[in-house]
Amino acid sequence: MADHLLDARGLNCPLPILRAKKALKDIPVGEVLAIQATDPGAVKDFEAFCRSTGNELVDSKTDQGEFHFRIRRGK
Amino acid sequence: METSGSNTKRMSMIVTKGSLDWAYPPFILATTAAAMGLEVTMFFTFYGLALLKKKLDLSITTLGNPGMEMPMMGAHLLMPNLLGALPGVDAMATSMMKNLIKKKGVASIEDLRQAAVEADVQMIACQMTMDLFEFKREDMIDGPVLGGAATYIETATKSDINLFI
Repeated sequence: MADHLLDARGLNCPLPILRAKKALKDIPVGEVLAIQATDPGAVKDFEAFCRSTGNELVDSKTDQGEFHFRIRRGK
Repeated sequence: METSGSNTKRMSMIVTKGSLDWAYPPFILATTAAAMGLEVTMFFTFYGLALLKKKLDLSITTLGNPGMEMPMMGAHLLMPNLLGALPGVDAMATSMMKNLIKKKGVASIEDLRQAAVEADVQMIACQMTMDLFEFKREDMIDGPVLGGAATYIETATKSDINLFI
C-alpha cells in the first residue's frame, strides 16, 4: 500500500530521481510514495538517493521489465 | 534552500564545453546532486558559457571523437572522425542524437537547465568569457551571476566535490 503514486515509466536518468524528489516534497513526512519506472539504472540510484537523503526505501521490486519502488518520506 | 546549514554537502563544477553531448554531464549531475540535498554551484566559462543562452541551439561533432558510435538498426555505426569535416555530417549526427534523446526518454538540455534553476543551483557566468566572446547579459537566462576565477575558487574551497567538465 502506498499513499501516493508517481509514474516515471519511459523516463531516463536522472528524471526518475528528479520527479521523485519533487513528489516527495509535496507529501507529508511519514507517508509513502510508490514509483513505477522502466529505467534499470533507477534500482541502484533510488538506493543511493534514499541513503543520502534520509528517506526510507521501503522496498524495491522488479516485475516484467518494470521497477517498483516505495519510499517513505523522512524528515 | 531547504537543507541549508553547516552540515550541508556542497558540489561545484567548472563547465567548459558547449556541445549537445557535453552539456549533459554537468546538468545531470547538478540536478541530481541538488535533488540529493547538496548545494550546487556551476561556473560557466569559455564554450560552456553558451549553455546559459536563452535560446539554445546545441550540436555535436564527430571530429576528434573516435569513440562516437550511434545505434542504428540493431548495430552500431562508428561515426568516422574525418567525415565530420564534410558539410552536413555534423548536422546529420546532431539530428540522429536528438532523435535518440527523444526516443529514449532522456531529458532535453532545456528541461534539465530549467530543473537546475528551480532547484536553486547557483550559476556563475565567467565575466572574462562574456567580454572575450562579446556575449550580452540580456541574451542569457535570468539567474546566473557574473564572476571570475576568485569567485569560483572561494566556492571550491568550501565544497566537498569539485568537478571540471
